[in-house]
Amino acid sequence: MTRNRRFGRVRLILLLTLAALLCLLCLIGPELAPNDPYKVNLLQAKQPPSEKFPLGTDGFGRCVLSRILVGARTSVFSALLVVGITLTVGCVIGTLCGYFGGAVDTIFMRLVDIFLAFPGMVLALAVAGMLGTGLGNAVIALAATGWPQYARLARSYVLTLREENFVYAARLNGQSTWSILLRHILPNALRPLIVTASLSIGGTILGLAGLSFLGLGALPPAAEWGSMLSDGRGLMQQAPWIVLYPGLTIFLTVVLFNLLGDSVRDALAPADDTHLFRKVRPRFKKKGTPTL
Amino acid sequence: MENSLRPDRGSLGRFVLRRLLLLIPVLFGVTFLTYGLMFLSPSDPVEMMLQAQGIPVTPEVAQAMRVKMGLDRPFLEQYFAWLWRFLSGDMGVSLIDGEPVRQMLMAAAPKTLLLTATSLLVTVALSLPLGILTAVRQNRFSDYLIRFLSFLGNAMPCFLLSLLLLYLFALRLNLLPVLAGGGAKGLILPTLALSLPMSGRYIRQVRAAVLEQLGQRYVSGAISRGVRTRTVLFKSVLRNAMTTILTLLALSMGSLLGGTAAVERIFSWRGMGYMVMDAIFMRDYPVIQAFVVWMTVLYVVINLLTDLSYAIVDPRSRKGLGVQP
Repeated sequence: MTRNRRFGRVRLILLLTLAALLCLLCLIGPELAPNDPYKVNLLQAKQPPSEKFPLGTDGFGRCVLSRILVGARTSVFSALLVVGITLTVGCVIGTLCGYFGGAVDTIFMRLVDIFLAFPGMVLALAVAGMLGTGLGNAVIALAATGWPQYARLARSYVLTLREENFVYAARLNGQSTWSILLRHILPNALRPLIVTASLSIGGTILGLAGLSFLGLGALPPAAEWGSMLSDGRGLMQQAPWIVLYPGLTIFLTVVLFNLLGDSVRDALAPADDTHLFRKVRPRFKKKGTPTL
Repeated sequence: MENSLRPDRGSLGRFVLRRLLLLIPVLFGVTFLTYGLMFLSPSDPVEMMLQAQGIPVTPEVAQAMRVKMGLDRPFLEQYFAWLWRFLSGDMGVSLIDGEPVRQMLMAAAPKTLLLTATSLLVTVALSLPLGILTAVRQNRFSDYLIRFLSFLGNAMPCFLLSLLLLYLFALRLNLLPVLAGGGAKGLILPTLALSLPMSGRYIRQVRAAVLEQLGQRYVSGAISRGVRTRTVLFKSVLRNAMTTILTLLALSMGSLLGGTAAVERIFSWRGMGYMVMDAIFMRDYPVIQAFVVWMTVLYVVINLLTDLSYAIVDPRSRKGLGVQP
């Protein structure tokens, strides 16, 4: 292991730990909130950061820190959900299309063409707008925008993998189609897809916050980072902290996930490795062989 | 046999034709999806329309309206009728105030196109030189600094940047107007808010593309033969990196179409994004449909032009595009 690789490993582990901590924070956020994030108290509106309200209060006198902590779950987990959905749906469709081909492949790939013809945000706006406001609809909108890319990627990887010798060998072994797909094709195709997915987490958080900012995501009074910014923008001159702290939170979260994405890419698809997929050896082959 | 003498032009024409023919099913799909989305919506357009016009909604009135609007006919029939009207330039009227959608689009489109054009220009003006600079000065201080800044820019939501710029330049320093209004001065902040995050993304990609070219043998060959670095950089490297840069341009157009909505809202820039957000909140379906279809058509055309420009910039790519040599 070269020095660079080792540095990459350490960085990846560090970032994964940070991301895990963030997720933990999302889970226990409501417990940590110093104040009730929904309690409206107009007498305490627009207060600057103080001991009682560490990040100040918003236009309704609600504690900004508490709202950020409670909103974390909505903002981060919904984005992860979107990435999970797009990855799964795209992967299943792409793999099946690539492996079996035929009419289903043609139909789905034309559908992918159509979806990819829309500019991303326009499709998301259209779906979210037609379905109506709400976090669930925003998630659906972003997932509808994201899956075709994964489907196309997965299909192209599977098309190459399908012709590999180890797949022929498995078939000659008498393995069932499903076993070939799950044990040989999918593990190999998944690696570059996971890279793509991890690179897209940051962008998805931004997209979701953007939809919320526009009023198409979480409904008030629910706390969500994007909508907190939107709520506070009229008050920016008097109380900039209402906008500043949620904005900073979004920014730092995206920075973290972008760094993580880069790190995952470097770890799974090193630049010196011309093949994006190094063969993943099937588990049952021999004990003691490294799996990567 | 004239063709064989000028193979380029003939095959390029065929390529354009083929691409145009391939667009037909895609555009059918796009319009079908866009129209079909309305039927997924939980609220009834007839009710929305009647309420917006202040007419009390009774079942009889609603039914009469539905017949009048053709909403009682089967879905496919409605779709084709709508598509036919759309193609002949009639995009319907707004459900809210009865204004023709065509007129609304005509008023909003120039503003969005202007904003898109300036943002694109600034993005290119920033990311191209900086991307080249960072590639040439790889692993030097300026490289690290610009890469660091571009990384931050990439993570910056454009609505947050808009608010920060607004706070700094309009509220604190009083240099620029809060509302864009329409003048040139009002264009500065929205343009910056859109182009800075985008530049952040593209500096890194230009850098990667140029670095890849710099590692090629022809570069060391040219330099060892005494060709000036500058000549190599601008005559050979940039030309070879051009396909990446063109892809970038197309991609940034794609993210700007529709991506301007938040910025337009913040600066009250009354373009298409502003219009469609109003339409979404009022459930003004004809406006939303027209917006989605036109934005997509624009995007599809841009992608087509990008593919064409590959063929012009880099003759090698014609093979990959399915053009006969």
